[in-house]
Amino acid sequence: MHGRPRNPSKPEDEEASAAKASKLRALQSQFLHNHHSKLYDKGALELSAKLLEINPEFYTAWNYRKLAVEHCLSQPGSDPESILNEELRAVEGALRQNFKSYGAWYHRKWVLSKGHSSVDHEMRLLDKFQKADPRNFHAWNYRRFVAALKNISEEDELKYTTDMIERNFSNYSAWHNRSILLSNLLKRKAEVFPKEKILSEEYELVHQAIFTDPDDQSGWFYHLWLLEQTVTKDAPWLISCWPASGSELIISDSKSASSCTASPLSSYFSDGRVEMPVILYFNQAIKGVNTSTVTVRSVFAESKDLVWRPLSLSNFGSAQAWVAFLKFSEVKIDYSMSYEVEVSLGDSSGIVSLNGCPLTHAFQSKFMVRFQQPDSRNTDGQNIGSISWEDSNFQNYEGGPEQCNIIPPCIQLKMAKDHEPIASKWQVDILMNEIELFRELLSAADCKIGKLTLARLLTALDTLMLYNDTSNSCQMRHTEEILALYTDLMKLDPSHSQYYREEHSLTFLRQVSCSKENLLRYCWLYRNSALSDSRNLVCLRLNNLSLARVGSIENLLWVQMLDLSHNELRSIEGLEAMQLLSCLNLSNNKIKSFTALDPLRHLKSLKVLNISQNEIGKHSVDTTRYLCSSPLSHTEASDWRRSGLCSTDDAQLSKYWEAFLVFRDLTLVQLGITGNKVVNEDFRSFLLKILPTLERLDDTNL
Amino acid sequence: MLEPETSSSPATEFPPVEPTNFDMIIVGTGLQESIIAAAASTAGKSVLHLDPNPFYGSHFSSLSPSDLSSFLRSSPPYCSPSLLSDEYDAIPLSARPLYSDVEISPEELENCRRFCLDVSGPRVLFCADSAIELMLKSGVSHYLEFKSVDASLIYEAESGNLSSVPDSRAAIFKDRSLGLTEKTQLMKFFKLVQEHLEEENEGLISEEDMESPFVEFLTKMRLPKKIKSIILYSIALADYDQENAETGEDLLKTKDGINRLALYHSSIGRFNAQSAMLYPMYGQGELPQAFCRRAAVKGCIYVLRMPVAALLAEKGTGLYKGVKLKSGQDLLSSQLVIDPRFVVPPSLALSRRGASQESSQDPIPAAVKGKVARGICITRLSLKSDASNLLIVFPPRSLCPEQATSVRVLQLSGNVAVCPPGMFVTHLSTLCHDASQGKRLLTAAIDALFRDTMPGNSETSCSENPEDTSASESDNMKVHSSALLWTALYIQEITEGSVQTISSGPSPDGNLSYNDLIDVTKKMFQQLYPGQEFFPEKASSEDPEDKNSDGGCRGDNSSEKNSDGGDGGSGSGSGNGNGNSVGVYPEYL
Repeated sequence: MHGRPRNPSKPEDEEASAAKASKLRALQSQFLHNHHSKLYDKGALELSAKLLEINPEFYTAWNYRKLAVEHCLSQPGSDPESILNEELRAVEGALRQNFKSYGAWYHRKWVLSKGHSSVDHEMRLLDKFQKADPRNFHAWNYRRFVAALKNISEEDELKYTTDMIERNFSNYSAWHNRSILLSNLLKRKAEVFPKEKILSEEYELVHQAIFTDPDDQSGWFYHLWLLEQTVTKDAPWLISCWPASGSELIISDSKSASSCTASPLSSYFSDGRVEMPVILYFNQAIKGVNTSTVTVRSVFAESKDLVWRPLSLSNFGSAQAWVAFLKFSEVKIDYSMSYEVEVSLGDSSGIVSLNGCPLTHAFQSKFMVRFQQPDSRNTDGQNIGSISWEDSNFQNYEGGPEQCNIIPPCIQLKMAKDHEPIASKWQVDILMNEIELFRELLSAADCKIGKLTLARLLTALDTLMLYNDTSNSCQMRHTEEILALYTDLMKLDPSHSQYYREEHSLTFLRQVSCSKENLLRYCWLYRNSALSDSRNLVCLRLNNLSLARVGSIENLLWVQMLDLSHNELRSIEGLEAMQLLSCLNLSNNKIKSFTALDPLRHLKSLKVLNISQNEIGKHSVDTTRYLCSSPLSHTEASDWRRSGLCSTDDAQLSKYWEAFLVFRDLTLVQLGITGNKVVNEDFRSFLLKILPTLERLDDTNL
Repeated sequence: MLEPETSSSPATEFPPVEPTNFDMIIVGTGLQESIIAAAASTAGKSVLHLDPNPFYGSHFSSLSPSDLSSFLRSSPPYCSPSLLSDEYDAIPLSARPLYSDVEISPEELENCRRFCLDVSGPRVLFCADSAIELMLKSGVSHYLEFKSVDASLIYEAESGNLSSVPDSRAAIFKDRSLGLTEKTQLMKFFKLVQEHLEEENEGLISEEDMESPFVEFLTKMRLPKKIKSIILYSIALADYDQENAETGEDLLKTKDGINRLALYHSSIGRFNAQSAMLYPMYGQGELPQAFCRRAAVKGCIYVLRMPVAALLAEKGTGLYKGVKLKSGQDLLSSQLVIDPRFVVPPSLALSRRGASQESSQDPIPAAVKGKVARGICITRLSLKSDASNLLIVFPPRSLCPEQATSVRVLQLSGNVAVCPPGMFVTHLSTLCHDASQGKRLLTAAIDALFRDTMPGNSETSCSENPEDTSASESDNMKVHSSALLWTALYIQEITEGSVQTISSGPSPDGNLSYNDLIDVTKKMFQQLYPGQEFFPEKASSEDPEDKNSDGGCRGDNSSEKNSDGGDGGSGSGSGNGNGNSVGVYPEYL
């Protein structure tokens, strides 16, 4: 059943199988003749049963039998009992030949759904099959079907999985069924099955398996499920928003002088635009953010005029991050005035997670908006479009008087503080206990999946503690240990090193972004000395950090200038939520295609982009393409032809459609693209066509 | 062929045995003798198999309490010096007692005949051991039915508790008394042994380690004390204290320890059994009976209740020629195999086959190797509520500091039909130097098992103090909880076998399995008949025809199960039916 070696076939075996094949062919043609002439008599049925006994995978024959049953049942004076019994017998015959035949098991379900057969009989049959092979997932599937059909209590079924696991715990199917049963019981019978108690019992059980044989993976997978049950909450909540509640935002044009008194982190360069984004960031993807579920009160716009857009790469109307643009063009701005904006949500139940859970906490945020008067002295100065990413242009952002004004970026994380704590004590206790146990296990046995589990546990604990931490010095306590574990895993398990690298990056970014102090170390002031530029731009420089993935975006919503150069990024997923981003450096990464840059489509403020020295066009087969929109996919095709740019050379368009999809909605002023294989004269000319706003392409001023 | 009489008839009414000349005459139907009978018959020899007792099995029989009592206390069979022969010198066959210090209380027991008590218990079969292999090979397994021994427990001196032995992956998983780290360590060790046994990994455990004491190797693997004890005494079933061994000979080598572990592990799950160990339905006496049945099928002639009065020696040379039966008949054979309880008179020493090669003048059988103390208890309560047949090991020093040997205990229930349902038969044994030492240990074990509360004085009860003699032992026996209905304690000599014209197998050893006995028997057969195969491979395939001939074989009474306790069979019918019986068949999966 399992682990049986495949032996080379012997000549006599081949002869036998040839004889069997010719016999089967004869039967099959006879059967097909019967099928086509709709013969459902006894002889024809027996023939099909015989055929199925030899070859249970012959779906046509199963379908024929279904037709035959319908036919026989419709005959006057038919005996449904005997007809269906005959079907059950045929299935049993086929299962004897191959107890993993999809067709046979399915046919049995079909017969049962006709309202036949006793529970006892089915259970006996199942016991037989599950004894022969306790890991036969067909039998387990069928067991769930019968249990549901006959209302067998989930408690009894749970007991059965316990028995099977005790017989041999190396049984994914049994653990899996356990997780399904418990999920249901925890949901439906919370009084008898308190989550806290059940989960600790389950941990106890799975420990026995994991510690008995750490090399057996079935227990580890169940542990993973338990961990998920321990830390995840069904109900979504808001974890971050921009502008932050209680903040005072200074909106200035890009030409504003450095003399402004406000901190760069609490100001927003509108760069000539007459709107500002309001971003809501949830702990999980949710749907239902709209003008009726989110109320925005301000002098600028009526709540109902706002359009909430999901910031997601897919088109399912759900996202973790949502944005609406507040337009202030219609108001006569008084530069001496502060305008109050109030955002509230969660009063109505319209916002729900993907599995239908409503928001746990209502949320209300007030912030002030002030406008900076345009500085007349600088009106003919450089606009934002000439950014040079050289190191000499950055000054360490420390000790400035502005520092004290910086809004702690993580303040949003703790907004649930006034409500019940998001993490309960039992969750923390469980995690601490697990961590202690697995540290012990790893000291005795070297085990990859153990290291991975420990890293996940530590991450979960840090995250939970962060939510609970009421002090301002929030820190990820185990970052060093987690990073060491992932570094270790990259070496131990090279085939999955990309995954470990990504987790390593995410851990690192969580640490960097979790507190103001940590973030400040990566914040630099941008001053272009060559151009005696006096603008007050703050750049978050996460360059040269071997990052393979970007994360912790909820803490980085305020960032307008971001340097991610010299990393190992293959994707920039998550960046779509950074709506304030105007300057982005992605040079010297491992981006392989324009499709990987898809998140940029959402960044309407983006003016300066550097994607030079990547691998775009280097690999002929782009695996991400299958997951992303193509001109042929229905969602994109609809507005493909509407686009005014269709007038450009069709040949170029079909050649560079991926680039077109990313760039068509952007109003880039400066683009660095050199050092990618895709770049040639033809491509440059195409870029100029689709990016009319461009002022500088690589080193060339236009 | 002669049918053993069912009613006790005077010895004088013995009908004569036909023919009168055999290749081999075997006296005693113990396991070894029965195997030799079956093997010799299978090899085409003419064999006469006699037993002075009215039942099969001799030292391996399963008897009712009263029969056991008389068997253990029986004096050497009666030999009449008047039985003289004209042709030959008649040398009286003397016997010596194998059993001593028999202590039974109470003498009377209700429903006495519904019990089948093993004379040389506790003994089990491991699913993959050589006894099972022999039964499969010889086809004897068809005559037998087995049940699993469903739990194996070890006595923990510190807590005074019985805890289950985590002997397999599933058992380690289920065991909640082991710490999580202990589980990892134990399983890691099992895996190491398993990997070592795979051919490509030969040398995973160094040659040096293999020759070193097993206990040192376990220490080297950094296994905690508790786990070492489990491996040594419950899985490798070491007899003597391995940590403080008195002599080096008592130490188990790593090589042997690993082989025992391997046997244990390959036994788990074989034949769909619940554990590594099996026990034959109706008791151990079924095993010799099954081999006798096999022998009978192959033409061996059986006569029970037939003592041998004397050996016949050629006049002048003193060479063995045959036996004189109690009935007075003279029967001749070229080979004689006798029950280990008989002593061949030294005057027949010349009869030694190949005397030129061996100059030793030892009388037969050879010297006593040691003693084993055995005990049997009948109780009303199972030692573990959710198990009926179970094995318990008291590791050395667990009962008292003087305890140098393991005490092994096997509880059997009505589901193996050795007692009425709701009752339990418990066998105990331990090796010992002298009777009082052995019995003190058994008494201490019985105390620990059956006292309502753990005795505080259990340590004194087995101390070497001379005051602590049998008087205090019988005191202890009175203290036992009311659950204990009947107790027998006795000492059995362990003798070695020897192979000559007159051969004898060893007496039952102190082991839990039959393996050593089987190995010795196989060697014996090969010495008796050099070049003859010990049960040729095809034997089992001949079965269908053999079954047909069964009906005609009237000398074989083993088809009526439990022939000595007629009502035992009916008692088993109403057994608690707990646990499926295990059929031992060649694996064809």
